[in-house]
Amino acid sequence: MAKNMTIHLKVWRQAGPEAPGRLVDYTVKEANEHMSFLELLDVLNEQLIKEEAEPIEFDNDCREGICGSCGLMVGGTAHGPQPRTAVCQLHMRHYNDGDTIVVEPWRAAAFPLIKDLVVDRTAFDRIVAAGGYISATTGGAADANALPIAKEKADAAMDFASCIGCGACVAACPNSSASLFTAAKIAHLALLPQGHPERTRRVVNMVDQMEKEGFGDCSNHAECEAVCPKGISIAGIATMRREYMKAMLSS
Amino acid sequence: MQVVETPVKLDSQVPAGRLQDKWDTYKDYVKLVSPANKRKRTILVVGTGLAGGSAAATLAGLGYNVKSFCIQDSARRAHSIAAQGGINAAKNYPNDGDTIWRLFYDTIKGGDYRSREANVYRLAQVSNNIIDQAVAQGVPFAREYGGLLDNRSFGGAQVSRTFYARGQTGQQLLLGAYQAMSQQIEEGNIEMKARREMLDLVVIDGRARGIITRNLVTGVIERHLGDAVLLCTGGYGNVYYLSTNAKNSNVTAAWRCFKRGAYFANPCYTQIHPTCIPVSGEYQSKLTLMSESLRNDGRVWVPNDSNDTRPPSQIPENERDYYLERRYPSFGNLVPRDVASRAAKKECDDGRGVGETKLAVYLDFADAIKRLGKQAVEDRYGNLFEMYERITGENPYKVPMRIFPAVHYTMGGLWVDYELQSTIPGLFVLGEANFSDHGANRLGASALMQGLADGYFVIPYTLGGFLAGVPMNDDVTTDHEAFAATEQEALERINRLLSIKGDKTVTEFHRELGQIMWDHVGMARNRKGLEEACKSIAALREEYWQNVRVPGVNETFNKNLEFAARVADFLELGELMARDALHREESSGGHFREEYQTPEGEALRNDEDFAYVAAWEYTGDHANPTLHKEELEFEYVKPTTRSYK
Ligand SMILES: Cc1cc2nc3c(=O)[nH]c(=O)nc-3n(C[C@H](O)[C@H](O)[C@H](O)COP(=O)(O)OP(=O)(O)OC[C@H]3O[C@@H](n4cnc5c(N)ncnc54)[C@H](O)[C@@H]3O)c2cc1C
Ligand code: FES
Repeated sequence: MAKNMTIHLKVWRQAGPEAPGRLVDYTVKEANEHMSFLELLDVLNEQLIKEEAEPIEFDNDCREGICGSCGLMVGGTAHGPQPRTAVCQLHMRHYNDGDTIVVEPWRAAAFPLIKDLVVDRTAFDRIVAAGGYISATTGGAADANALPIAKEKADAAMDFASCIGCGACVAACPNSSASLFTAAKIAHLALLPQGHPERTRRVVNMVDQMEKEGFGDCSNHAECEAVCPKGISIAGIATMRREYMKAMLSS
Repeated sequence: MQVVETPVKLDSQVPAGRLQDKWDTYKDYVKLVSPANKRKRTILVVGTGLAGGSAAATLAGLGYNVKSFCIQDSARRAHSIAAQGGINAAKNYPNDGDTIWRLFYDTIKGGDYRSREANVYRLAQVSNNIIDQAVAQGVPFAREYGGLLDNRSFGGAQVSRTFYARGQTGQQLLLGAYQAMSQQIEEGNIEMKARREMLDLVVIDGRARGIITRNLVTGVIERHLGDAVLLCTGGYGNVYYLSTNAKNSNVTAAWRCFKRGAYFANPCYTQIHPTCIPVSGEYQSKLTLMSESLRNDGRVWVPNDSNDTRPPSQIPENERDYYLERRYPSFGNLVPRDVASRAAKKECDDGRGVGETKLAVYLDFADAIKRLGKQAVEDRYGNLFEMYERITGENPYKVPMRIFPAVHYTMGGLWVDYELQSTIPGLFVLGEANFSDHGANRLGASALMQGLADGYFVIPYTLGGFLAGVPMNDDVTTDHEAFAATEQEALERINRLLSIKGDKTVTEFHRELGQIMWDHVGMARNRKGLEEACKSIAALREEYWQNVRVPGVNETFNKNLEFAARVADFLELGELMARDALHREESSGGHFREEYQTPEGEALRNDEDFAYVAAWEYTGDHANPTLHKEELEFEYVKPTTRSYK
């Protein structure tokens, strides 16, 4: 039979961006080893609603580690203790009966808090809008096989393209830098020939936007890579720097 | 049940001419909108999945003013992101004999002859353009060592026509569309409204002219005016509570349009996917799909004896029942999705299910590992095995996987004509939200194809044709009384939900509804069960409006309130699905009626009486919906019976 356990939680509660926030203690007695961490929060929320209290707000959608909606600091680590695992895929079997877990939102100046564990990550959208695309008018494309691309290149591009935009990299970084996120897109598109015509403009605009949004600088702590649920490599940041240098030299 | 039928003929607006020429002829003659006039038109695009994202980006690129809406905090997070396996196209790169005709034929046959030939043919025709477009955007599809695109085969086809990006095809295609949208946002052609939920449609003088939304952060109710509304809001699988859909997937936008006059077509056609990770307990919030490809090497079995509680490794070979291999000797473990799902259900109904809940069957790789070696199995399925282990804590190299069917996709949706226009002029429906191309059953890797076909290649033409025919610069503004009245109704609904303050949570109701749907409107249906479902859903709905507890207030971020409104709509939709299933006295595709099967237990379709699209018209909360039939004519493909024996 599945093991039942009691889990104590300290959850960040904050009614709105201007309201004061604090950690509140809760206990869930019917936790179960097969539950996901978000299901534990669901159970707690059901309990709170029954007690006429307000449930805890947290973003989530796919619950299979691909949409990037979820994002919590669990026990001080972005997405919790399991490597390469978004918090929606973290399961309670990694905890013990009686454990106390602290749950907080992503904290970064560029991710203003909305409520409880929900933050505003639209800065990421604006970084992409600044240049994270390849202009390709619908209907005007050449045959897909007209331009062969070496498998290694395509695979490497895919490694970077698999970023889910959750923001864990920012939350884990001591400088709240968005370098891994931004670099992943730049590296993905720089590896493909289709991305070349716009590469100069792209890197300059995206990096500028990242700074404008108030993200910090990268000082090579590599905390981002450690927490990334998709295991995106910080080698991308080196690519971004190279692209940026090249752009500066050519302009 | 009494079914009200009308003789009104639904006009599908299919152009005349040879099947192969229809779309080209349509494009030759459709009216165009001049660049200057495009700038004067505002298009409201609801949803940013593959359908909405591709439509918004393309229309904005053409010069229209686009306003885009989505529930999530970013357009990039739409449910399409979760699609794993791949996308079909008739490129014939492997030179294995694929053609547009074959893709068309497979889709019609896969849909069990319940879709419209002309739409499906067009889908097959534009499939190739989608791949070209995606590659131009930088979608990193899998490639061979020679640098060309790689293909794999997928259920229901004898050719390799599926393009893929690891197990993340939906993610990569959606990011392509999202990035194209982002460029248009930066250029000022799209106004992006994330964290907004459409609560209703505003109809003025019989035309869709706007929507009412709720700002999901502040609770503010807003009015948006447009020259046309594109509904790209996805499927309604979450009516079953547990499904492979994302938590926010819902029917609300489509349902509100239904109540404003858009017909709902074939609501009973639901696809149940055979290989999902089983439910582990009451708290279960959603189900995770495991790729179908696992059935290529895994063997499905249950113990002979329903009281056998030994671990699988201790059950000897002769005490196992490999029931798919036994019942379908020629297809074995590779029978289509619906057949495999029903067979698993039958074993569990007979008490032979495995695991703690006894609602699962084994999918065993021991023989494959013996035959191919562990490395080969790892090369093929490594990432899937890892995902399985992450969720269940069990290692499938050592113990067989436990799998069970789960609701996955809904073929039904709002009725649309060839131009993707609903029965409300100016309301177009794209992607999974419409009913159009998959008939009674969808083939793997064809939903992504359809969403992108609709958004990139169909709507840019058909919308222009519509707009060219409607007057410009009328004096309608958001001050129009229809906006005020619709907004008021939306607000009243919210206030009503908040004021009930009953004893049961939204989730409890949703789970109960899901159970009714799963038991009676699920994999196998019968008259008695469906009649019961109609009654119990109505009773549950009644109770909902008396006894639901929705915490908090409107003027804040309040997920429970969002869900409360969606579940209220699911409680109405569920009944329509049951009614539709009840009236369709045949078994076709995802709809299996126990009364209509062969002596061997196979689906019995009835082309004589049911070769039509059932389009339901709303006639009031307390009146039966009216059934309209679009007769399906098969001029090019002769319907035959599927057999997998
Ligand atoms: C796990 C899984 C795997 C799959 N794998 C494949 C595959 O390999 N190949 C394949 O072809 N298909 C696959 N499918 C099916 C396919 O992913 C979907 O059918 C398709 O992505 C639907 O796209 P869409 O654009 O119609 O809707 P969605 O992607 O569901 O997007 C809906 C959009 O509408 C918005 N929305 C909804 N309601 C409202 C509202 N009221 N107000 C405002 N916005 C709203 C949402 O925010 C979202 O942006 C898979 C499905 C699942 C669940
Ligand atoms: S909820 Fe989608 S990644 Fe976690």
